[in-house]
Amino acid sequence: MNNPEGPTTADKPVVEDGIPKTNRPVSSAVAEPDATTHRHEPHEPPRQHLPEKLYEKSETVHNKRIDGPFRRFKWFVMLVTLGIYYITPWLRWDRGPYAPDQAVLVDIANRRFYMFGIEIWPHEFYFVAGLLIMAGIGLFLVTSAVGRAWCGYACPQTVWTDLFQHIDRFVDGDRNARIRLDKAQWSPAKIARRGFKWSIYLVIAFLTGGAWILYFADAPTLVREFFAGEAPLVAYITVAILTMTTFTLGGFMREQVCIYMCPWPRIQSAMLDEKSLIVTYKDWRGEPRGSVKKAKKEPEKFGDCIDCLQCVAVCPTGIDIREGPQVGCITCALCIDACDKVMADIGRPRGLIDYATLEDCEREAAGEEPKPVWRTLLRPRTLVYFGVWGAIGLAMLFALGVRSHTELSASPDRNPPFMLMSDGSIRNSFTLKLRNMESRPREMEIAIEGLPGAVMWTDTIRREDAAPTQTIDVGPDQTRSVRAYVMVPAGTPATDFAFNLTSLDAQGEQDTAEARFTAPGDQS
Amino acid sequence: MANKHPDSRPVQPPAQPDTGGKRIDQPTGTETVGHEWDGIEELDTPMPRWWLCTLYATIVWGIVYVILYPAWPLLEKGTEGVLGWTSRGQLAEEMSLADQAQTSFREELSRIPIERLPDNSALMAQAVAGGRAAFKVNCVQCHGSGAAGSKGYPNLNDDDWLWGGDLKAIEYTLAHGIRQPGDDETRMSIMPAFDGVFEPAQREALVSHVLSLSGKGRSNSMGAQLYDENCVICHGPNGEGDRSLGAPQLNDAIWLYGSSRAEITRQILDPRMGMMPKWEHRLDPVTIKMLAAYAHSLGGGEDFVEVAEDPAVPVDEQP
Repeated sequence: MNNPEGPTTADKPVVEDGIPKTNRPVSSAVAEPDATTHRHEPHEPPRQHLPEKLYEKSETVHNKRIDGPFRRFKWFVMLVTLGIYYITPWLRWDRGPYAPDQAVLVDIANRRFYMFGIEIWPHEFYFVAGLLIMAGIGLFLVTSAVGRAWCGYACPQTVWTDLFQHIDRFVDGDRNARIRLDKAQWSPAKIARRGFKWSIYLVIAFLTGGAWILYFADAPTLVREFFAGEAPLVAYITVAILTMTTFTLGGFMREQVCIYMCPWPRIQSAMLDEKSLIVTYKDWRGEPRGSVKKAKKEPEKFGDCIDCLQCVAVCPTGIDIREGPQVGCITCALCIDACDKVMADIGRPRGLIDYATLEDCEREAAGEEPKPVWRTLLRPRTLVYFGVWGAIGLAMLFALGVRSHTELSASPDRNPPFMLMSDGSIRNSFTLKLRNMESRPREMEIAIEGLPGAVMWTDTIRREDAAPTQTIDVGPDQTRSVRAYVMVPAGTPATDFAFNLTSLDAQGEQDTAEARFTAPGDQS
Repeated sequence: MANKHPDSRPVQPPAQPDTGGKRIDQPTGTETVGHEWDGIEELDTPMPRWWLCTLYATIVWGIVYVILYPAWPLLEKGTEGVLGWTSRGQLAEEMSLADQAQTSFREELSRIPIERLPDNSALMAQAVAGGRAAFKVNCVQCHGSGAAGSKGYPNLNDDDWLWGGDLKAIEYTLAHGIRQPGDDETRMSIMPAFDGVFEPAQREALVSHVLSLSGKGRSNSMGAQLYDENCVICHGPNGEGDRSLGAPQLNDAIWLYGSSRAEITRQILDPRMGMMPKWEHRLDPVTIKMLAAYAHSLGGGEDFVEVAEDPAVPVDEQP
């Protein structure tokens, strides 16, 4: 790749015809001093890309350490989300002797999904679909209410990137030390440091991939098998893939994932509007920028922003929030912490960069009182999302509450549809499926209704014992398939009838499967 | 290069003849590629380097794949690839793996006597499943895909068996066939042709008597007498048939060649007799066992009865 600038000039803006050209954003104050007066017109700094370049080299973001309420909230969210991820597979839940005792288990081999007291069978997959729909609408809801809060705090990519950036800081020191080390020649010391850091990356990545598989099998058993080399091959492959993705995406790709790979920022930029709560630089207050010294000399000429670039230094995606809302901003609000700290230091009011809606910004710029933040949450769009989200949740809870743990289905043999027996009576065969969703064996009674003179036997009940009602044992947590033979005396016409299933226990749950008895000459 | 000065910002930059329609987009500061469709222009944003590397990696991958695997179609056949992989080869490999996986089941099945098979319900279920598959390949041509048979081809779902409906009898029929030439152990019987033996009136009387056995015709003394003289030795005094001879039951509702007068007459004068091939040398004993289990499972299977040497001794019924 031919880069005409060469490495030495890469970081400096190339000034051509009075326009600074670089592949990195430049502070708008440097680029266009007069732009600050046209806030809501397109006045972004000219960030011309040199057309000769086919690609853009990604620059490592060395974000600076910062402390503040949002950083502490981010710590808290990180602790909770990582805690949920790593601890959940180890929680136990007693389901009796016939079912696994892992609280959350996606048992693909046995086609069961356990979540605490809830057990989902494949035919109830709509519960999982409903959960996914709720998760999707939940994202809409969150976006509508608090903008890209998911991106900034809870997205796994954000959480793990944050974790890895803390590792960077722990091993290599803060921003300046890391930049120095990055630029330094390769030396034994640098190799050792990098090796150490990447080993920590690998350990975290391995633990991440390792924890994932624990959701799909009994965690203690799988861990034992995994290290004894007895686990299924797919477990090792999964862990290897997830280790590599975590290592690469968390350790190296980081903000590139958010900016180039993830579809969600694109969807979100379509969902944000002037009423959305986003992290905003209040430029009418900040511009024009000037140092504290200059502002002391001519206070009326300069705004609050002293161009200290702290907001850029702490940004985990390496953007300049003062350029306005942009796809690279994940609204983690660390720049708010940084700016508030600076403002406190120089004795100016906080909130030069703050959570605000664009509408509020205009109102504030015009000198009106800003709306309290909770008011921005109560708007029709958010309420509609919340209504839909809540309705789906309630509907699912209701369905979960009233679902039966007993079910019967009957499918008739089509070939042949009926069978003439040697004594002239007519037999139909059905495959009955008796479902027992309880974690204990149950006796169930099947009775024929609406077919006079009919008797029934099955593949395990002998024909001599044929009767209109039969009792069948169904194992715990099982669908038992029974081949049932229903026989009627000669001359019985084709009739619709039903199998009635009753569980012979305290619950007495019932289900009915409708069927048709086919006889010679049946036209239907 | 499109140029503009900061002070000319709100105004479009002057047209540059050599830019080919390219211009700098104001909000992003990025150059456009120079095309315009209904006012929509495309920004010429440079892609990240890793993205470009990914593109090159896919190209390398493609080249390697073309070398290793079958890829280019040629006139006769395609390029074969240095690994020598074929989808047919993979299928054969997977099939042999599947066969290997069945080894223990087949061994177990070959050891167990078929009359003991129902004791082992798991093995029985496996045998039925295997038999269902083998039936679709070997038996549906005559017995139909649902084993319901057709005229002249017995229905295997019902409870009427010419030669016996327990597992052992079915297995024997499968192994040796019925009226299979060249097999000394085949199930053999012949219904004699009575063409020219009876007067028309006698014939009608006999047919009426045969129908009367299952309650469909009027019994008469001439027919009964003819039946006693000619038929009873195989079909029994009440038409109960004889399985040791393969003589059909005549007093039930099931008629292999039809139950009308004409069809019964034809069967007396010029009888058709089905022939079932022996499978002993075409299929392995385990497959025959599985087929027997499947036919037995269709709904008419009978319990195996140990036939005692002395009929006076009560028989042991097997489960």
